[in-house]
Amino acid sequence: MNPNILEELRGILGPHGLISSSEELRTYECDGLTNFRVIPSAVVLPDSTEQVQAVVRVCHRERIPFVARGSGTGLSGGALPVAGGIVICLARMKRILEVDLANARVVVEPGVINLEVTGRVASANFFYAPDPSSQSVCSIGGNVAENSGGAHCLKYGFTTTHVLGLDVVLPDGSLVHLGSKTLDAPGYDLAGVFVGSEGTLGIATKIILRIVKRPECVRTLLAAFHSTNEAGAAVSGIIATGMLPAAIEMMDNLAIQAAEAAVHANYPNCGGLLLVELDGPVAEVDALMAHVDEICRQNGAWEIRVAQSEAERALVWKGRKAAFAAMGRISPNYIVQDGVIPRTSLPQILNEIKELSAETGLRVANVFHAGDGNLHPLVLYDRRVPGQEKAAERLSERILELCIEKGGSITGEHGVGEEKKHMMSKMFAEPDLDTMQRVRCAFDPLQLSNPTKVFPRTRLCGDKPGEYVPHPLETAGIAERY
Amino acid sequence: MAERFRPASRTEADGIGEVLRAIVGPEHVRLATEVDAVAGVVPLVVVEPADERQTASVLRCANQAGLAVIPCGGGTKLDWGNPSRQADVVLSVRRLNQVIEHAWADLTVTVEAGCTVAQLQRTLAQHGQRLAVDPLWPERATIGGILATNDSGTLRLGYGALRDLIIGVTLALADGTIASSGGKVVKNVAGYDLPKLATGSLGTLGVITRAVFRLHPLPRNTRTLTIAVGDADAMQRVILSILGEQLAPAAVQARDGNVDILLEGTLDGIAAQESVIKKFGEVREGSPAVWKAREDLWPSSGAGPIVKFTTLPSRISAAAAPLSRFVIQATGIGYARFDGDVQELRAAMERDGGSLMILGATKLDAWGSPGDSLPLMRAVKEQFDPKGTLNPGRFVGGI
Repeated sequence: MNPNILEELRGILGPHGLISSSEELRTYECDGLTNFRVIPSAVVLPDSTEQVQAVVRVCHRERIPFVARGSGTGLSGGALPVAGGIVICLARMKRILEVDLANARVVVEPGVINLEVTGRVASANFFYAPDPSSQSVCSIGGNVAENSGGAHCLKYGFTTTHVLGLDVVLPDGSLVHLGSKTLDAPGYDLAGVFVGSEGTLGIATKIILRIVKRPECVRTLLAAFHSTNEAGAAVSGIIATGMLPAAIEMMDNLAIQAAEAAVHANYPNCGGLLLVELDGPVAEVDALMAHVDEICRQNGAWEIRVAQSEAERALVWKGRKAAFAAMGRISPNYIVQDGVIPRTSLPQILNEIKELSAETGLRVANVFHAGDGNLHPLVLYDRRVPGQEKAAERLSERILELCIEKGGSITGEHGVGEEKKHMMSKMFAEPDLDTMQRVRCAFDPLQLSNPTKVFPRTRLCGDKPGEYVPHPLETAGIAERY
Repeated sequence: MAERFRPASRTEADGIGEVLRAIVGPEHVRLATEVDAVAGVVPLVVVEPADERQTASVLRCANQAGLAVIPCGGGTKLDWGNPSRQADVVLSVRRLNQVIEHAWADLTVTVEAGCTVAQLQRTLAQHGQRLAVDPLWPERATIGGILATNDSGTLRLGYGALRDLIIGVTLALADGTIASSGGKVVKNVAGYDLPKLATGSLGTLGVITRAVFRLHPLPRNTRTLTIAVGDADAMQRVILSILGEQLAPAAVQARDGNVDILLEGTLDGIAAQESVIKKFGEVREGSPAVWKAREDLWPSSGAGPIVKFTTLPSRISAAAAPLSRFVIQATGIGYARFDGDVQELRAAMERDGGSLMILGATKLDAWGSPGDSLPLMRAVKEQFDPKGTLNPGRFVGGI
């Protein structure tokens, strides 16, 4: 990078706010998806909105692409640097700026860790609902970029449900306020569009969050089934009775084994494990939990346990939340996917995954947010065996194609990022993607903010968009538009 | 864009009508009259396409011809927003009224924009489900209309707003593009969240042709409780006390010296919550009709307009102080008929971090200030509708 520009950045950030030596830059070459790596030209560590603005202004003037980064735990390569670009790491902007309990609002900087928000308000019986498994290390800024979910979004919604407003540094360095502490601010819901835009529309430097009153009680039930099909049938039964549990999680035998090896959660060794959590007023939860118990037994559960203490509950969740990392115990390498299907297609897709696994000889462990159809198949492989990595990539891609065929999505919470952008044209028709990019052009006409992510190809902002042409799959009667 | 109010010329209308008749069939185009006036502006023609493709074709033709299009559903809130700078074609989605797919086992529905809220709810109820919103005039209001005007209702406290329930949308853009985003599954982060962008955009970015929603089961039991409160401070105290408990009310609102609470769930759960609520005042059984209190503001006589205002829950009593006829939801969204100085009231709301929107055409701007994001909103509009074909001038800041 041009030394004059580095000098200018150093002037903005001070001597400790700029990283430009090649060995230090290597720390930032990837995020949680480690098979994509790019070394950035520089990394800056701003500690204020003004510094972010000043850096972005330099990027805008010099046409340097930039990528915002939080804790770097993302699983889709969203924070992968762009060659020749700058990484703007927001880890130093980690102040909780305001806690307003009367109105259930907390205002934070983007580097604040997800779990710290709950930590700050727990004594007043509030919590911050979105709970990605990495919540003890991931940042709110990263959650905003990816619209992170978690096990409890079945009932409580996603990051976007809990973000009311944002201060955003636009890709030209100007600062705008989107949304507000009050609801329904006049104008377009640009806060709603910004959340989940994966860093492609600008950088959030202040975020207004909504916190939630902790329910009077939380009960967690663990049920062991002979198979995931039986467990899946129990999930359908629970939903059909009209309950909305706080979470319904499922693990197959391979995932259970891994979790056991890693954290000794004391899970029963079974074909399909269901974890059902209900929360709310005690009287309500007790009545419904009896139903859940009954439904599980009717569908073949041979062991049912209800966590008797907060410690037991925490251990049950620890096993589930450690499931990805636990794969290291049973396989040298793995790919985690994040497909979504309509929940009722669960038995079918599990059989298909089993067939694919048998065909390729690769093991697939399955962990799902079963209530909302979000699958996390973990494709296990050994990089040292020639050809296995490619085969594993092909297999996980095939699983995502199955999700699309069932009317689902290629990502429920991890984001498209770098990893899945080529799948976007399988899920959406060209006019759909072009229309999304109109938003991009309004925010970032020069395409400097995380420019290479999400979309399979960028649309030049001067392009005149064409009219709708049916997707070949539609013409052939294979796919239908919803 | 110049001010282009213009009277409908008969020959012009005939010319447009002919082109549109070729697209949708002669029986679905008619010349507009005084009764079709939208916020005081009389259009040339009213056209009712049969489907998405025809909707897109009508838009493309109008866009090419430089005609302004006013999208329309049930017409219950057609006068919300500012008067149109130009109004040539009223595009009614009345015939796009099918519930396309109620995937009840997956708790989702795909529905066309012209389906009324009540019709949708009746269909969903066959499988014991609902779209958890209670907007104004559900028998006539359409799905496209409640989305465009962002009218969620009181259940928002318990179930979220339309923006939280919509999971997919299909838009027909001014240039005839048909674009879908989101999807049919409740959890999905692939691509930009255009369902949220469309919600509350008053038809200025595209015509919503269909939407996909996540659904909720119909409640096993419901009970409405009402607590009489003496003054605005007591009203706020009761609301904050309820919100401060570990309860799960589906809705809470204040009106006419009363606070109403809607409880849903098992009988045991409702009874337990009721016993907590009794701490805050004398509780009596309320009528389910109280949840229609918002609608009662309209027929009421009064010189001033009806306004929607937003405030923080902790500022409800301050917001209510200058108001006489109002309904305020515990989320901080209120409705009032106000015959005082609306601009002064708006200034007070905005100083407090809130906003005020006038529901219906007056001489005043309907929206108030969107703040420093207005240029960005204009840039979005420019990308979606560069010629200003859709509802020109009706939205914030002249968009």
